[in-house]
Amino acid sequence: MLDDVVFWVLAVVAVAAGVAVFRVDSMARATYALAVSFVAVGLVLLLFDLQFLGVITVLMMVMEMAIMAIYMIMFMGMNPALMPMSMVHAKRPSLAVAVVTFVVLASGAVLIPWPSRRGAPASDLTVSLGQALMGSKMLVMMTVSAVLFATIIGALVLAVPRGRYDRLGDDLRGRVDADQPDGAGQ
Amino acid sequence: MTLQTVLLVAAALFSVGLYGAISQQVVVMVMMGLELMLNAVVLAAGGFWWFLSPAPDGQVLLLVVITAMTVEMAMGFAVATLLHRTRNEDMTDMATDLAQ
Amino acid sequence: MSELASSPTSTAGIDVVQTSAAWAPLAAVLLLATASAAASLDGGLAARAEGRSLRSGMSAPWAETARLFRQRRRTTLAADVLLWRVGGASLLVLALLKVAVVPFGRWTLGDLSVGVVWFNAMDVAVWAAVWLAGWGPNSASSLVGGYRFLALALAYELPLMFALTAPAVGAGSLRVGDVVAAQHDLWFVVWMPVAFGVFCAGVVGFSVWGPLSSPLGPDLGGGVLAELSGIDRWLVLAGRWALLTAGSAFGVTLFWGGGAGPALPPELWLLLKTGLLLAALVLVQRRLPTLRPPRVVRAAWLVVLPLVLLQLLVVSVVVVGRG
Repeated sequence: MLDDVVFWVLAVVAVAAGVAVFRVDSMARATYALAVSFVAVGLVLLLFDLQFLGVITVLMMVMEMAIMAIYMIMFMGMNPALMPMSMVHAKRPSLAVAVVTFVVLASGAVLIPWPSRRGAPASDLTVSLGQALMGSKMLVMMTVSAVLFATIIGALVLAVPRGRYDRLGDDLRGRVDADQPDGAGQ
Repeated sequence: MTLQTVLLVAAALFSVGLYGAISQQVVVMVMMGLELMLNAVVLAAGGFWWFLSPAPDGQVLLLVVITAMTVEMAMGFAVATLLHRTRNEDMTDMATDLAQ
Repeated sequence: MSELASSPTSTAGIDVVQTSAAWAPLAAVLLLATASAAASLDGGLAARAEGRSLRSGMSAPWAETARLFRQRRRTTLAADVLLWRVGGASLLVLALLKVAVVPFGRWTLGDLSVGVVWFNAMDVAVWAAVWLAGWGPNSASSLVGGYRFLALALAYELPLMFALTAPAVGAGSLRVGDVVAAQHDLWFVVWMPVAFGVFCAGVVGFSVWGPLSSPLGPDLGGGVLAELSGIDRWLVLAGRWALLTAGSAFGVTLFWGGGAGPALPPELWLLLKTGLLLAALVLVQRRLPTLRPPRVVRAAWLVVLPLVLLQLLVVSVVVVGRG
């Protein structure tokens, strides 16, 4: 009973915050509305006993949105709150697509005869996740690490304007002033 | 709280995210739409896991989705930064050309 | 069907029992009392450094509290009041949520099976809180303060995460009660000194304190604090002290054996040790200069991160070796 109440409150918060992302006229509010939506979903995962994944979702998404806010403000280039203008294109068709998608997904969710539950959750899900990752699903872990490493390098290659070879010369013998703006990454 | 209700909520989140991803003009806002869609996927995967087959494998899938989100964000920010920088440089170059 | 926190299933040593949420106000009172004692100590030290009497300094935080409670709120043009208030008030709430997983003797408010990750999630939420408090007032120096905090956070957070991992690996569990029980024979600080040091630096970081206090720097006219007044300012100032206290309590729990100690009851030991660590942090911070964020980032990523990873390797090898 209590679970149901908590679930519905979190569900309403998640969807309402999701809608708010595209309704509010402030970049900070949009970003943190998305963060609220994520936190609500993370807490719903706790209802499914997925304690580790729920808390990790909250952790990572709050962190990501804190960084996202910076990018939002950097790239929007103007403040929609001060200069009201429509930042959307093809509003009507996208709304139609979204509604159709919802109807299809929702009817699928309601109409498909879902099978009944097979098996029971392990007594300690965090332990079982760890054992799966370090045992039978080791390949997933290894792939994920390689992908994440490639992401770090790829993102840096794309985003860094001047690497250390540009600043210090090919043999990295040059001097860099620690107090220069880009001295931190030497 | 049944599988159906969880999936309904996830469908609503997914549709809102889809609307944002299609309709927004700014790269970062499009990314927010994509994130919201992945958020729905996380919720739906959690629901499937809990109500259909609570085995460890499902948890691994969730972890992969969360990883996909971070990868998407990191690459998205990197590309957005690159676009922003080159476009700005282009604009500055144009201004220099005008002065000559 | 399920519950947010599972029942006590501690594997070894003391059993930690989850109390009802009705005890939360008591935890809040304890947290605030310890935090205010630390604030008084800091005030006293500041007064002595300036040649005033110790007593006048010790009462300074209380006088400031009384002043702020009566002060009228100052408003700024086009402030985002909602986000500003949320950001300012969250610090205190987050500190309380952090101590919720700390076992107080045999009792804990939330016996989460992932208590260590919970603590980490709460200190990441501080990123959002401080930045929102800087963004809210629509003031340049506040916003620069918020940005500075995020830069510092990117520096201290990753080492802090790995420092938190070390005791969890040592205990083989993410449950805080198990980490305490695993220190029955030997406190973790003895064989994880690097992780402990890095953890303390992280605590200083998320409390925006001492060397990492540039987001509130006088060069920004107070930074995040610049436009705060009245009760809002008090909430942020008290929130920082509470975060420092919560961090000390968690550090004591993870590294100093929690409530373990002779003669006295564990509750008292926990309070004593927390007070000791807190006092040590206050004393050390008073002697350190404030660092500029770029320097902190470089040191954190190039020196501290490899060091703490090495520490983690040592811990893992020891754990595997013990079998």
